[in-house]
Amino acid sequence: MTILVIAEHDGKALAPATLNTVAAAAKIGGDINVLVAGQGIGAVAEAAAKIAGVAKVLVADNSAYAHQLPENVAPLVAALVQVGGGAGYSHILAAATSNGKNILPRVAAQLDVDQISEIVSVISADTFTRPIYAGNAIATVQSTAPVKVITVRATGFDPVAAEGGSAAVEAVAAVHDAGTSSFVGEELAKSDRPELTAAKIVVSGGRGMQNGDNFKLLYTLADKLGAAVGASRAAVDAGFVPNDMQVGQTGKIVAPQLYIAVGISGAIQHLAGMKDSKVIVAINKDEEAPIFQVADYGLVADLFEAVPELERAI
Amino acid sequence: MKVLVAVKRVVDYNVKVRVKADNSGVDLANVKMSMNPFCEIAVEEAVRLKEKGVATEIVVVSIGPTTAQEQLRTALALGADRAILVESAEDLTSLAVAKLLKAVVDKEQPQLVILGKQAIDSDNNQTGQMLAALTGYGQGTFASKVEVAGDKVAVTREVDGGAQTVSLSLPAIVTTDLRLNEPRYASLPNIMKAKKKPLEVLTPDALGVSTASTNKTLKVEAPAARSAGIKVKSVAELVEKLKNEAKVI
Repeated sequence: MTILVIAEHDGKALAPATLNTVAAAAKIGGDINVLVAGQGIGAVAEAAAKIAGVAKVLVADNSAYAHQLPENVAPLVAALVQVGGGAGYSHILAAATSNGKNILPRVAAQLDVDQISEIVSVISADTFTRPIYAGNAIATVQSTAPVKVITVRATGFDPVAAEGGSAAVEAVAAVHDAGTSSFVGEELAKSDRPELTAAKIVVSGGRGMQNGDNFKLLYTLADKLGAAVGASRAAVDAGFVPNDMQVGQTGKIVAPQLYIAVGISGAIQHLAGMKDSKVIVAINKDEEAPIFQVADYGLVADLFEAVPELERAI
Repeated sequence: MKVLVAVKRVVDYNVKVRVKADNSGVDLANVKMSMNPFCEIAVEEAVRLKEKGVATEIVVVSIGPTTAQEQLRTALALGADRAILVESAEDLTSLAVAKLLKAVVDKEQPQLVILGKQAIDSDNNQTGQMLAALTGYGQGTFASKVEVAGDKVAVTREVDGGAQTVSLSLPAIVTTDLRLNEPRYASLPNIMKAKKKPLEVLTPDALGVSTASTNKTLKVEAPAARSAGIKVKSVAELVEKLKNEAKVI
């Protein structure tokens, strides 16, 4: 069995989610190849070659793959699988990031197989578990496809070591340019804090924060803890913070060591994004709030008093 | 321009679902069903395109049981012109749905197909991308803004680090994210009028599509419950617990 992992990157650096995806591949067992597709991605390919357990890194460096447009990357992946009459790869894995979710179903349809989305565990080489109904049920799914196409929920797998490997790097010459799409521009939110999905501690605010200025309270606390700051959908919809901070079923899925929910009631949609955190702390003045049902430590208090006090105490 | 919108009948998002005792699935008997929230956003976007004079006709399609006609009628009440139901009692995978939609696209020849980014039951987030692959069209997934100009559509997409804009040649596939728009409510007169709008019923056989699947759900279980936590009385006690009991700070 040979497994192809599609590297998650922004063109400059390899994203940590790739390490979790390689960890899932290692659990399936077999040779692991990593595909890095993009433009000017030498540094990413080097980083991928150092990942522990990777046998080979395929590099498709071409302007057609810049910004990883799915119309061009999906045919590339499908072609790699079909090498040697379909004997190329037994599994194709990508992280369930916005890129992975964008590209992989397109690959699966081109290969005429069903995909399995956001697996959280590997039972065997063809059987996996994944959450459905916003995490309210866990389905065990078996794939009989000749090529298993799978996205991996990063928080379900501990990352493999980023160093220690010495994979061979091989260039892929094939160029697929469908010509149906082009990149226009992007607007990325700037933040000095750790990335939400990779942070060990996450401090999140909800509607109870009342306005965007009050999030400063959480930023101060987060900086002291070395934490990332998240938000509930209510806080995002109210315009307090940008939507890339949203934790939940329709935002980011996090599973840090410590999750501090401040002024968040705990709607199903939010819980789906954070209930796998190791320790959950809730600070809310409504003692009936559903968040207290999942919190390991709950503090019924006014957040405007409790948060500054907490910040001083640590 | 003709716009095709795909809608799915799913369990209402407010319902807390329960897993069946025999682990065969989720208990949906006597549970409130609704249009998938992301599909509502897709219908709304199509209606707004029509109001702007961009779209001339909105065809709404659903694939599912006979009861999915309720969701199609809702879409008609919101402003869609006609509806197609591809009737199937089976639980279809995303790929099977994408193949059926491809057959409908071949028949209707829309310039733009709008779907929700994911259904809140299966949480797959696959159908739009798969339909794009099968038709060979460009895809604008997780859209927060859609602007049609000439033979192109500019789609602003919600990505992990922020927002990205891509330009797609028409025809194209767009999947909606939550912030694309705020769906309207259907008015009573429009609900009445929707009952008279045309609704065509097709079958996978009539469309010549096989719905065979390479995925099999072996069992469905309730997630592991978190053990009950405690309520602390003060910030000092909280910090003490986090440091000494949980050892996370």
